[in-house]
Amino acid sequence: MFKKILSFFLIFLPINAFALIEVDITRGNLNPLPLAVSPLSIDENSRISFEKILKKENIGSEISIIVENNLKTSGLFNPLDKKAFLQAPDIANLKPRFEDWNLIKAQALITGKVNFVDDKLRVEFRLWDVLAAKEMMALAFTTVPNNWRRVGHIISDKVYERLTGEKGYFDTRIIYVSEEGPKTQRIKKLAIMDQDGANNKFLTLGNELVLTPRFNPASQMVTYLSYFKNMPRVYLLDIETGTQEVVGDFPGMTFAPRFSPDGKKIIMSFAKDGKSDIYTMDLENRIVEKITNHPSIDTSPSYSPDGKYITFNSDRSGYQQIYVMKNDGTNVKRISFGNGLYGTPVWSPRGDLIAFTKLHKGKFYIGVMRTDGSGERLLTENYYQEAPSWSPNGRVLIFYRETKTNAKGEGFSAKLWSIDLTGYNERQIKTPTDASDPSWSSLLSN
Amino acid sequence: MRLNKILKNTLLVLTACLVLSACATKKEVATDIKGQMQGDVYTGTDTVEYLADGVPDRVFFATNESILTTASRETLRAQAAWLRKNPGINVVLEGHADERGTREYNLALGERRANAAKDYLMTYGISSDRITVLSYGKERPVDSGSNPLAWSKNRRSVTVKAN
Repeated sequence: MFKKILSFFLIFLPINAFALIEVDITRGNLNPLPLAVSPLSIDENSRISFEKILKKENIGSEISIIVENNLKTSGLFNPLDKKAFLQAPDIANLKPRFEDWNLIKAQALITGKVNFVDDKLRVEFRLWDVLAAKEMMALAFTTVPNNWRRVGHIISDKVYERLTGEKGYFDTRIIYVSEEGPKTQRIKKLAIMDQDGANNKFLTLGNELVLTPRFNPASQMVTYLSYFKNMPRVYLLDIETGTQEVVGDFPGMTFAPRFSPDGKKIIMSFAKDGKSDIYTMDLENRIVEKITNHPSIDTSPSYSPDGKYITFNSDRSGYQQIYVMKNDGTNVKRISFGNGLYGTPVWSPRGDLIAFTKLHKGKFYIGVMRTDGSGERLLTENYYQEAPSWSPNGRVLIFYRETKTNAKGEGFSAKLWSIDLTGYNERQIKTPTDASDPSWSSLLSN
Repeated sequence: MRLNKILKNTLLVLTACLVLSACATKKEVATDIKGQMQGDVYTGTDTVEYLADGVPDRVFFATNESILTTASRETLRAQAAWLRKNPGINVVLEGHADERGTREYNLALGERRANAAKDYLMTYGISSDRITVLSYGKERPVDSGSNPLAWSKNRRSVTVKAN
C-alpha cells in the first residue's frame, strides 16, 4: 500500500566518485559526525496549503526535525544547533557557502525544499560534503501530504546509507505488546508505532491476553500468540486489513511463532503432554511439518536469513541453552557454553550473529554470539530484560526491560529499549503505556 | 580514668545491644522465609484456596523444575479422591512460572508443570477427558513481589473447576 502511494524518483544521480566523508559504524561511536540539517525551505503559498491540510505551521521545519532526531538517535551523528546557522535555508539549498558551514564545524550539510504541487507534497533534498565543498546526493519525492513523516524517515535512511555505506532503518515500524494494570492482572494489547514512537495505534482491545507479535519480513503481516477463549494459539494478523485467523489450531498450546525469511512459513512451538517441539506450517497449503522430536522443551525458533538453518532454545542438556540445526531438524548442535542460562535466540538479518538473552547469577543480559557460538559479547546487564529484535540492517537491537518491585510489590514497569550492536547508545523508546515484546519491521520503502 | 571506664562500659553495652538487635532482626526474617519455604519450594498457605474441605487447589515447584514434592503429591491425592467423589466435575490445571525466566520458555515450563500434576491425577484414576491443561507462563503471578518468597508462590499449578 505504502509503496503505491509513494512515487519515488531521482532528479540527479548520486555522485559516488568523491566519497570523502565516511562514518565507521563497526566500532563504538564516541565521536559522532557533526552535521547541519538546514530546515527545508518552503514558499509562502505551499506553506499555507500544507498548514490547512496538516495543521502544521511549517511542514519544511517539521520534516527536518524528523531527520535531525533520527540521525541523532542513531548515535552516529551530532546534528548542530540551528541557531548557529548563518545561511538562509532557501539560499543554502541552491549553493551552500561552505566557509560558513565549516565555521560552525559541520562536516555534512542537508538542505532541501518543499512544494505543494497538484495537492501533493513534493520534497527535494541534497546532502553536501562541507570539507570537500561538494554535493554528495540529491533526491526528490512526491507523495500524499499525510505521508510527510515517512518522507523525513526516507531522507534519514538515504543520508545514513550514503554516509555509512549500509542501509538505514528509519522508515520502519515496531509492533509490540502494550501493558496496563496491576502486575497480577495485566491487560495486554497489540500496538504498532513508527520506529521513532510516532503514530502509535492499538490493534487489539485487551479482552484477551496477547503475546510475542512478530513481523513478516516480506510483508505487513504479523504473527502472535493470543489467549482468545482461553486457548493459547498462534494467530496471523494482516495489519492493513485487520483480518485475523488462527494458524496453530492443534489440541495443545501453540506459541513462540516467527516467519521464515521469505514470509511463506510460520515456525512455532507446539506443547503437549509436558513437552514442547518445533513445527513449521506452510501458509499456502497449510502443510504442517515436525522439525524437532525430543522430550525436552524446544522453543523460540528463528531462521537464518537464507532459510537454511534454525536457531532455537532447548533444555535437553538439563538447562536452557541455544542450539542450531538445519531447517529439516537434522545436525542439531549446541552453541551456548558460557556460564548461566541462555534463551530467545534471534538470527541477525546480516546472518553473522545470533542475539540472545542470558541469565547468570540473578542478572539478565542481552548479548550476541557468532552462529557457531564463538565470540560471545554481552551488551547490557539489568534486573530483567529479554526478547531482542534486530533492526532490518542488523545494527541495532530493541528489547524490553522490567523493573524490580519494592517490598510491597509496587513499582513495576516494562519499557522498550534499544542498543547499538557495539554496546553503545542505549536508549529508551517512549510508549504511551508500558510495553514489551517488540518486533522490528523491514524497511517499508525500497 | 574512671570516666574512661564508664565510657568504655557504655560503649560495650551499646555494641552488645547493636549486635543483639541485628541478630534478632536477621533471625526473624530467616525464620519467616524458612517457615514458608523448603529449599525454594513454597510450603506456606497464604495463597492457597480449597476445592473442598481439606482439598488444597494448588501445588508448588522449585525453580526451573516440574518435579512434584511429597507435599504436592499429597495435595494431588486429596484432589483425586475429591474428583472421584464428584464425577460430574471437570478441571483445568493452570500451570505458572515465576518472572525470572524468558517468556516463551516459561510458557512451556508452565505447561510441563500442569502436565506433571495431570499425570499424577491420572495415576489416581482420574480420566484425562476430565482434565484440561492451560499454561500462563509468567503472565499471571499471584504475588507481585520481586523476591524469592514471591517467586516461590508463583511457581505453581492450580486446579480450577471447569464447570
